[in-house]
Amino acid sequence: MNGGREGFLMGGIRRMGAVLLFLLRLLAQSLPALGRPRLVINQIYNAGARSLIIIMLSGLFVGMVLGLQGFELLQRFGSEQALGTAAALGLLKELGPVVTSLLFAGRAGTALTSEIGLMRATDQLTAMEVMAVDPLRYVAAPRFLGGVVAMPLLAAIFSLIGLFGAQLVGVQLMGVDKGAFWSQMQGSVELRDVTEGIVKSFVFGLTCSLIAVHEGYNAEPTAAGVGLATTRTVVASSVLTLLLDYVLTAFFL
Amino acid sequence: MRANRTLEIGTGMFVLLGFAALFFLTTQLPASGLKLGSAKSGYHLTADFDNIGDLKVGSPVTMAGVRIGEVEVIRFDSKQYKAVVGLRIDNQYNQIPDDSFASIQTQGLLGGKYIGMSPGGSDTFFKNGGRVDQTQSAIVLESLINKLFANFANKGSSDNGSGADNKSGSSDSKQGTQK
Repeated sequence: MNGGREGFLMGGIRRMGAVLLFLLRLLAQSLPALGRPRLVINQIYNAGARSLIIIMLSGLFVGMVLGLQGFELLQRFGSEQALGTAAALGLLKELGPVVTSLLFAGRAGTALTSEIGLMRATDQLTAMEVMAVDPLRYVAAPRFLGGVVAMPLLAAIFSLIGLFGAQLVGVQLMGVDKGAFWSQMQGSVELRDVTEGIVKSFVFGLTCSLIAVHEGYNAEPTAAGVGLATTRTVVASSVLTLLLDYVLTAFFL
Repeated sequence: MRANRTLEIGTGMFVLLGFAALFFLTTQLPASGLKLGSAKSGYHLTADFDNIGDLKVGSPVTMAGVRIGEVEVIRFDSKQYKAVVGLRIDNQYNQIPDDSFASIQTQGLLGGKYIGMSPGGSDTFFKNGGRVDQTQSAIVLESLINKLFANFANKGSSDNGSGADNKSGSSDSKQGTQK
């Protein structure tokens, strides 16, 4: 963790390697962790159900803005009926997964990191090791799995709410024909567009949960160390989300 | 025990909601998915078209620019090689002359297709199950351009000056038919 002595490049490479090795150890413990579903369910509740309000509210407003902006733009070409298509594709493929991932990093990722980091700082993890309980299996793996399961579901809810937000503004407020809004959307959205969003959100869920758990698990066991780890979780998750988004989009085209 | 209960209910609700959203997105949005649309009230008409362009189920039917119904079903008649379009007209618009004229028009420059009805002069009105006899197909841009160029080439070979006039004349007539 003390990357100061090495160069910037070596520090980055080392950190990447550490995260990947951590992922392998985590995956090895994930199957045994599933043997205690209660722990995983706890974490799905923490990461998913408790993020629901913020996800739904954000989805509604993102959809509404999309409806307004899309209408404004499409009206210039006299094709405001394509608003349904624009909103659906924008939400399903980009905004749904990406914004959900950013919110997830801020809402659930920070909670994970500070929780595990504080466990590390107060020697709870060490105590588990002394009792021959693998903290990776009972603390890290369930949280990781909870995040991986929660993210695609959250992204789907986000997209759905956003779609209705866009309809609210486009159809109810701006007067786009409702039948045309939905029929044009259904005419141009394909199943692979939906799959693209699901795959993206799954990858983002994996990345954000991994980073959050890793940062917490390897946080410096001081108050300042936990704070730093939490900050790094948000920064790394957000940047990686946007970077991976580009890579995945290029891959799917 | 109490905390466990809220936790279980919360998680269950969340997972249920998530899968419901996934189900909706995968089945309702793509055109290939199954449709769970509810039946709406109104009376039904059919109209045959030579070419419907990219008219879709759910496209609006308008009269004088006001929405009076929607396209309910699109079939292909393999005997006449025509498209049969089923329309659902809202019950409040039950006084449409039965010799009215239906044409497929385009909303704006890039917009979707819709059916515009112009009233006829008959004293009798459309009934449920009626048929619109007078129809005009969608204007396919490519065939219009083809026609334009054929015209242009013909004129160009006979006399060399009037090509430009002819072009503007054609685009006028195109706008005329779309209005």
